[in-house]
Amino acid sequence: MSDRTLLPSLVLVSVLAGVVVAAHAQDTAAGRLPRAGSRGGPAPSLVRPTSSAKPPNADGFLQRWLLLEPIAVSGQLTDSAVQTAVKTASVPDPFTAIPRDGDPVSVGNTKVAWHAVDTTGYNVNLYHFAYALNRPTSNVLFWAVTIVNAPRELSGVRLAIGSNAASVWWVNGKEVIGLYNERQTVVDDGVSKRLTLKQGANVIRAAIVNAGGHTDFCARFLDDQDRPLKGITVSVTSSSTTKGSAK
Amino acid sequence: MTGTVKRRLYALAATAVLLVSPLLALDGDIGMHDPSTVVVHDGKFYAYGTGNGLPISVSDDGWTWRRAGTLMQAVPGGRPGADVLARGGNNTWAPDLIRSGDKYFVYYSAPGTQPKAAIGLLIGKTLDPSSPDYKWEDGGPVVWSDGVEDSNAIDPGVFRDPSNGSLWLTYGSYFGYIRLVELNPKTGTRLSPERKPINVAINGEASIMIFRDGWYYLLVTHGSCCAGANSSYNIRMGRAKKVTGPFIDNVGIDMLQGGGKLFLGSGGRYVGPGHFGLLDLGEGVQKFSCHYEADLDRGGISVLDIRPLLWRDGWPVAGENFKEGTYEIESVRTGTALELAVQGAPVGGLRGRGGRGGAGAAVVTPIPAQDAAQVSSNWPAGPVDVRMAPYMLQAQQKWTVTPVANVGGYPGSPYFKITIAGTDRALTATDDQELAVLATFSGGPEQLWRIDQLTDGTYRVMPKTAPNSSAPLALSAIGSSTPTLARFTPDSDRQRWFFKAP
Repeated sequence: MSDRTLLPSLVLVSVLAGVVVAAHAQDTAAGRLPRAGSRGGPAPSLVRPTSSAKPPNADGFLQRWLLLEPIAVSGQLTDSAVQTAVKTASVPDPFTAIPRDGDPVSVGNTKVAWHAVDTTGYNVNLYHFAYALNRPTSNVLFWAVTIVNAPRELSGVRLAIGSNAASVWWVNGKEVIGLYNERQTVVDDGVSKRLTLKQGANVIRAAIVNAGGHTDFCARFLDDQDRPLKGITVSVTSSSTTKGSAK
Repeated sequence: MTGTVKRRLYALAATAVLLVSPLLALDGDIGMHDPSTVVVHDGKFYAYGTGNGLPISVSDDGWTWRRAGTLMQAVPGGRPGADVLARGGNNTWAPDLIRSGDKYFVYYSAPGTQPKAAIGLLIGKTLDPSSPDYKWEDGGPVVWSDGVEDSNAIDPGVFRDPSNGSLWLTYGSYFGYIRLVELNPKTGTRLSPERKPINVAINGEASIMIFRDGWYYLLVTHGSCCAGANSSYNIRMGRAKKVTGPFIDNVGIDMLQGGGKLFLGSGGRYVGPGHFGLLDLGEGVQKFSCHYEADLDRGGISVLDIRPLLWRDGWPVAGENFKEGTYEIESVRTGTALELAVQGAPVGGLRGRGGRGGAGAAVVTPIPAQDAAQVSSNWPAGPVDVRMAPYMLQAQQKWTVTPVANVGGYPGSPYFKITIAGTDRALTATDDQELAVLATFSGGPEQLWRIDQLTDGTYRVMPKTAPNSSAPLALSAIGSSTPTLARFTPDSDRQRWFFKAP
């Protein structure tokens, strides 16, 4: 996927610069996270973003994401089953069209929506997310997307993730990590090969497949010394990325 | 028991042997008796031993050795100086050496009729015989024994105290004591000749000291030498908080009263280890040199060897060079095992576990081990990524490590190839300093692996060459599921690995 394919989306969204995510989300009732209650109530560890971009936390974890409501899949977690689930539950590649908070998506006969969230922890609790929406948490696939804004080209960095359970990850449209089989979220479980973040917006996409029980993930970038990457920001709209996305 | 009389004959016989099998202790011309400490100079490894003129052994990589003449060839007169001959005799045995400032000091045994003996000093600027600066000057006798006193002044071992830079010499052989004197780091001679030498041990020879974590360790060879497989040589040790002792063994006995914890005795195909020397390669990697009185795989001659030096409970432990075999390769950092990145299959196939208490005595049929032939039909034919996962006894997690002949090596071992057991799929360092498994072993340097046992008993695994990298890189667990190649960091578990029975 070339950078050029992303540009139209970025330009389009840049027109909306200054419109913060929360305001946008209030206009998209289809994707709104519940604000109170238990089942169908608040997601305790997830809140709505209130700024256009935020830095990773002190340990480098990316805390702002667009999450798609869960899609039913077989729940098998072998390499081949997860790759099949990723294909059958596919959605438009966010590298070419970055979803917005509240955007509806049809996957087969299922209608789901994107939600912009900030996690209060190092990880993103998908169980909280789905439970709060009164959605299933077992035998499901979650899509997650975020944008990492780099102040300059950063080479030799790595995406480092943990997931419960299996997951597949892409950076700027290229698959960089695949973790399979039943597993719990462990910091830096799957780590990409060395890669280059381009100056400006870099689209991170993940598919997390859960068979049953708890489900979550965490993600951060490591620098060329394997330390948490500093100097980047994270957003779920491209308004904060337009400055650097001219490259 | 002295046992030194026959040394020279055995050493000379050993020099005629040339063996190249990568399965043996070192390679090349390694016949040697009473080796010095192995010293690295300008990237080459040097060792000196007993024999006429003090024969020189040199190696480009620490694995394959060759002869390079004798030290005395570069000494004026070609023999020990007159004062050395007067205090001792015309034999040249058991040297040791150390670098001090811009000079090397070589200490060598010059016995006459034991225990009348002297330890002579040679002073030079380089170990490289091809250097224009190469020559050795006679520094005279440093210590001696008159043939009556409780001392036999042979078998020098030189030691620099890292706590203050002072230089020390231990020496002696069975007649009386192992003795200690302080040396002048500028001249190599005794710092205070008027001071009486300090007795530190009895019952041995080939003494030398090392230091670690506030302890001084005195290693002394006990037993008898020079009788081939009938030699009882073994290396023992005590430790002290002061360089001057007392050196106490693990059960509280002073080495002056015959104490000594065993460091290394006979084992495997090797009889009679003696003459310990420390080879510190830096970054927490330590080796030691010794000779065996008899290498049974080489007709029972005396040979040089280099082995890993481990530390356990405050004592040095003799490690063993890596042995070929099939292993699980497990990260110390993550506890996960290196595997070919293919979909695994449960050993014995998918089946229920029975009740939580087991299925009872009716189901007792053993499940055979899983090998590649059972499950590899679905594996991709070409290059495959490498990853890590919990060890599940599956075929893609079992690695066969095999020495490779005629491609060189490193101190103590040849290079190895690492393949998925039962296949020729070979672990390979890739152009981007990552890892892959290629369908076949090509013999390229990116598929040759150096496996050093570290001081804690775990292993460091390094490709002979990582493409597009001038830096030495090591197999590294960057994540629980992700290996890579990275610079070795001694204070981290990232590059430490267990090799376990699969």
